[in-house]
Amino acid sequence: MSDKREIDEVTGVETTGHTWDGIKELNKPLPKWWLMTFYASIVWAIGYMIVYPAWPTLNGYTKGIWGYSQRATVSEELQGAKAAQATFRAALEKTPLAEVKNNPDLLRFAMVGGASAFATNCAPCHGRGAQGFAGYPNLNDDAWIWGGSLADIEKTILYGIRSAHNETRRSDMPKFGTDGMLTPDQINDAAEFVLSLSKRATDQAAVARGAKTFADQCASCHGPEGKGNPELGAPNLTADIWLYGGKKTDIVQSIVTGRGGAMPAWDGRLDPVTLKSLAIYVHSLGGGK
Amino acid sequence: MADTREGLEAFGDVLAVIAAALFALVGGIWFFGSNDPAMSFHGLLMMLASAAAGIYVMTVAFREKAAIAIGNYEPPEGYFDGPIKVTVVAAVIWGIAGFLVGVLLALQLAYPALNFDLPWISFGRLRPLHTSAVIFAFGGNVLIGTSFYVVQRTCHARLAGRWSPWFVVWGYQLFIAIAGTGYLLGITQAKEYAEPEWYADLFLTIVWVTYLLVFLGTIWRRKEPHIYVANWFYLAFIVTIAMLHLVNNAALPVSFTSPSSVILWSGVQDAMTQWWYGHNAVGFFLTAGFLGIMYYFIPKRVERPVYSYRLSIVHFWTLIFIYIWAGPHHLHYTALPDWAQTLGMTFSIMLWMPSWGGMINGLMTLSGAWDKLRTDAVVRLLVVSVAFYGMSTFEGPLMSIKAVNSLSHYTDWTIGHVHSGALGWVAMVSFGAIYCLVPWLWNRKGLYSMRLVEWHFWISTLGILLYITAMWVSGITQGLMWRAYDSLGFLQYSFIETVEAMHPYYVIRAIGGILFLSGALIMAYNVWRTIRGDEPVDIAEQPRVAAAPGLRLQPAE
Repeated sequence: MSDKREIDEVTGVETTGHTWDGIKELNKPLPKWWLMTFYASIVWAIGYMIVYPAWPTLNGYTKGIWGYSQRATVSEELQGAKAAQATFRAALEKTPLAEVKNNPDLLRFAMVGGASAFATNCAPCHGRGAQGFAGYPNLNDDAWIWGGSLADIEKTILYGIRSAHNETRRSDMPKFGTDGMLTPDQINDAAEFVLSLSKRATDQAAVARGAKTFADQCASCHGPEGKGNPELGAPNLTADIWLYGGKKTDIVQSIVTGRGGAMPAWDGRLDPVTLKSLAIYVHSLGGGK
Repeated sequence: MADTREGLEAFGDVLAVIAAALFALVGGIWFFGSNDPAMSFHGLLMMLASAAAGIYVMTVAFREKAAIAIGNYEPPEGYFDGPIKVTVVAAVIWGIAGFLVGVLLALQLAYPALNFDLPWISFGRLRPLHTSAVIFAFGGNVLIGTSFYVVQRTCHARLAGRWSPWFVVWGYQLFIAIAGTGYLLGITQAKEYAEPEWYADLFLTIVWVTYLLVFLGTIWRRKEPHIYVANWFYLAFIVTIAMLHLVNNAALPVSFTSPSSVILWSGVQDAMTQWWYGHNAVGFFLTAGFLGIMYYFIPKRVERPVYSYRLSIVHFWTLIFIYIWAGPHHLHYTALPDWAQTLGMTFSIMLWMPSWGGMINGLMTLSGAWDKLRTDAVVRLLVVSVAFYGMSTFEGPLMSIKAVNSLSHYTDWTIGHVHSGALGWVAMVSFGAIYCLVPWLWNRKGLYSMRLVEWHFWISTLGILLYITAMWVSGITQGLMWRAYDSLGFLQYSFIETVEAMHPYYVIRAIGGILFLSGALIMAYNVWRTIRGDEPVDIAEQPRVAAAPGLRLQPAE
C-alpha cells in the first residue's frame, strides 16, 4: 500500500500512512510519563551499578564503591546471630546436663533451642508432637526402651541406635523365624504368651506352651516376667505399649524378623550445645525419668 | 512460468519424500536399536508418522500429476490456511490436557495421597508435563498458528513453502508427543522447561529452523512495503527461541540409541545458562510472541488504528535488548557472583517500561472503541489479558529486586506470578485469538455462541483471581515463616509447619484451576459447534468482525 497519511476521525491524530490488512497506526509521540519513568529506571540502574559489584572485567569485576559482598554480608549476619546467643551457649556448654534445670533462663534457652532442633531434625520420624509412628517410638510416654534419664536420652541422641557410630547403642534380637531358630508353632505360642503379659491372651493352652519357649529364648533379655531391660534395649512387654504394633500378627512378625530399627547418631551432625538442648527438651516431653 | 512452478512443486515433493524417508529411517534405528523401551517407543512413533507423511505426499503428488496430464490442475492460490486450522484445534486439545494436569497437580499438593504411589502420575513427572503442555503445546500451537495467519495477511502473501508449513505443524505435534510421553515414562534431562532429551531436542531444532525459514520466506515475498510490528515480535520470538534452545540443550548423547546425555555445562555456569534460557523463554516465547498476537488481533477486532507507531518501535527494541540480560535474577543469593546478580536485577528494573509499552499500545488502541469492552466478550478477553500482562510485568521487576526476592524466592508467590502471566496474559490473549480465528478460518458468519464466550470469560477470570490471590497469601506467609526467628535466636517454624500452613491456599488454588479448566471446556464446545457449521445462536450480538472476511457486512457509511 502506498503511504497515505490521513487524520483519524476519533482522535484527530495523523496516521503513519501504512496499512496492513486494514490495520493502521497513529503517529502518536511516546507518552511522556512512560519515557520519564524509563529514563528514571535507567538512571537508577546506573547508580546501582556504580555502588554495587556490576560488570565483569578481564581479571575480576567492578567492586562498586560501597564495597558490598554477599558472602561477607551473610557471614557477618551469621556471626551476629551467633554472638547474640553466645552467652547462653557458653553457659550451656559449661553446665553439666543435670544442673541446667537449676538455672531458669538457661533451661528456657535449652528448651526453645531443643524444640526448634527437634522440629527440624527429629520430627520427620518421631512426629511433630513426638508422638511417634509404627517403628518410631513415642517420646511422650513413660516407656523408654534404652532408658529415660537425661544421661540415657543424651547418649541415645549422640550415638544413635544400631547406627554407624562406634559408640552406638546396639542389641540385636534374633530373627527367630527367618533364621529357623523356632518353628512357626513355637512362635505362635510365644506370641500368645506375650499377649498374656498384657492380659490379652485368648488361647490358654498356647499360653502354657509359650511360657516355656519364652523362658528359654526371651527371658534372658526381656526378663522372666517380660518387664524388659533398658541396659539391653529390651522393651517391657507387659505395659501394652508397642513400637511395632500389639496385634498378634505384629508380635509374630517381631519374633520372626527381630525388627531392629535404627536411629542415626547425631554426634558431629549437630553441635554439642544443640545436642544438649535436644536431650533436655526430649527429657521434658512427659516421660522423662 | 507454469512449467517452472510445476517443476518446483515436483522438486518439493521429492524433497519431502526423501525427508520423510530419512526420518523414518532414524525412527527405525531407534525402534530396533535402542535398549530403552521408551526410546524404542519414540522411534516407532517417529517411524510411523514419517511413513504416513511420506505416503501422503506421494499420493498428493501423483494425483496432481494425473490432473496436470488431463489439463485440469489448479495450483493452490490465496492464503495457505490448512496448517493453521491444525494448530487451532491442537491448541484447544493440548490446552485442556495441560490445564487438566495442572488441576491434578494442584490437588496433589493439597492432598498428596492423589499421587497414588504410581510413578507415572507422581508430582515429579506430571509437573514438567503440565508446564510443557501449557507453554509449548498450547502456547506453541497458538503462536505457530497465529504467526502463520498474521504474516500472510499483513504481508499480503501466501505462506512460503509447499510442504514445509505442514512439516512445521505436524512435526511440532510429534515433538510434543515424544516429549510428553517421555516425561511420563521417566525420560528427562532435568532442566526446567527444557526437560526433553537430546533426540527430541534435535528433532525440534529441525522443525524450528523450518518454521523460521517459512516465516522469513513469507516476509521475503511480501507485497507491503513495510513489515508490520506483529511480525517483528514473531520474528524476535522465533530467532531467540532457536538460539536459547541450542545453547541450553548443548549435550553429548551417551550413544545414538540411548536416551541419556551429558549436558556440556556444569555447576554455576549450568545454572546461569539454564536461567538465561528459562527467563528468555518467558521473555521471547510468552512475551514477545504473544505481543505479536496482541498487535494483530486487538486492532483487527476493535477496528481501530494501533495507538502509537513510535511506541511500538521503541518498546520493541528496548524490550528485546533488555530482556536478554535479566535471567540472573532467578539466581539471587546463590553461588552466582554478585556482579551477575546486579546485572540481572538492574536490567529487570529497566525492563519495566519497555514491557509496559506493549500494554499501553494494547489498551490505548481501544480509544474511541471502549464501548466494545461491554458489547464484545472477545475484546474483553483480549483487553483483560493485556491488563494481566501489565500487572505481571510490574510484579516481575518488583520480585527481581534482591530485598523482595529474599522473601519471595522459592515460595508460592513465584508460582502465583507465573500464573498471572500464564493464565491471565498468555491464555486469555490466546482464547481471544482462537475466538477470532475459528470463524475466520472455517468461513463462518460468527461464533456458535457469544454468550458462551461471556461464560468462559467470567469463569476464567474468577479462577485466575482465586489462583493468584491464594498464591500471594500463601507465598508471603511461607516466606515470612521461613525467615521467622524467636527472641532467643532460634528458627520459629520447622519446614513441615510451613507446609501445613499452605493447605487452605492449595485448596483455593485447586478450585481456581478447576474454574479455569471449566472455562476452557466451554470454549472447546463452542469452537467445535462453530467448526461443525452450526448456525450461531446469537448472531445479532456479535460484531461484524466476528464473521469471516468474505461474509462481513460493510460498515454503514
